[in-house]
Amino acid sequence: MYEAAVFYAFGAVLVLSGLAVITARNPVHGVLFLVLAFFTAAAIWLLLRAEFLAIALVVVYVGAVMVLFLFVVMMLDVNFDKMRERFKSYIPVAATVGILVGVEMALVLVGGYLGGERTVAPPAAAAGYSNTKALGLQIYTDYAYPFEIAAMILLVAIIAAIALTHRRRRETKYQNPVEQVRVHRNDRLRVLNIPAEKREP
Amino acid sequence: MSLLLQPTLSHYLILGAILFAISVIGIFLNRRNVLIMLMAIELMLLAVNLNFIAFSRFLGDNAGQVFVFFILTVAAAESAIGLAILVLLFRNIGSIDIEEMGRLKG
Repeated sequence: MYEAAVFYAFGAVLVLSGLAVITARNPVHGVLFLVLAFFTAAAIWLLLRAEFLAIALVVVYVGAVMVLFLFVVMMLDVNFDKMRERFKSYIPVAATVGILVGVEMALVLVGGYLGGERTVAPPAAAAGYSNTKALGLQIYTDYAYPFEIAAMILLVAIIAAIALTHRRRRETKYQNPVEQVRVHRNDRLRVLNIPAEKREP
Repeated sequence: MSLLLQPTLSHYLILGAILFAISVIGIFLNRRNVLIMLMAIELMLLAVNLNFIAFSRFLGDNAGQVFVFFILTVAAAESAIGLAILVLLFRNIGSIDIEEMGRLKG
């Protein structure tokens, strides 16, 4: 009963904030509604007893990725109204496709899982059960190799993001180590043969 | 009546489906604004993650949560590179409008 009330309340907030994200006139408001959507989703994940992922979503996603979004939105000086000129003309086709997608997914999922024997929530976990510990045990044993690949993906993303946005400044002076190593003595030093001059007696 | 009083697997799956449909609509509506399209993709991944976690809970298997963990990693990498490309694009053509990106036409 209590769980249902929490589910419906947070589900409503999640759907409404999702709608606000896609219709926001100002992208900054859009990002802030996205933050609200992530927070609400984290609450629903808590309801599903996924404590570690709920906190990871708030800390990693809201704390890092959404802040990155906010940075970019505030950095770009773009006329967003010009891009919304034909916003209303897209509504019919968007609503048709979206509602079809939603209804199809709901029909498939309801047909398969409504009334099945595995749709009722399993009993509460034993005292002392730790979701974080269970996940950690699985990640570092069964999924150790995918975990390493995930780390590599993050490394590639870091390097790619820096390489893409890095700009060489013209006014800064750089050393060129290749030229420094390959320099020859004759490039730097010139030995002149100057005859000694005799002082007048 | 008891179906309404206790959230079952279908409840969570339908919530995920609604969220996914909203983000599909968002991609259609904001087809000129790359930034909001990226945000709609984030919302879509959230819907998928919700499905994974719901299945993980009701089927009693933690593998779904491990998968969400990896999806979060990939999504963070994706948005970092996507935003870097966006900044680069804005620097080069002074706009993030998709209509102005048709420069690869022969």
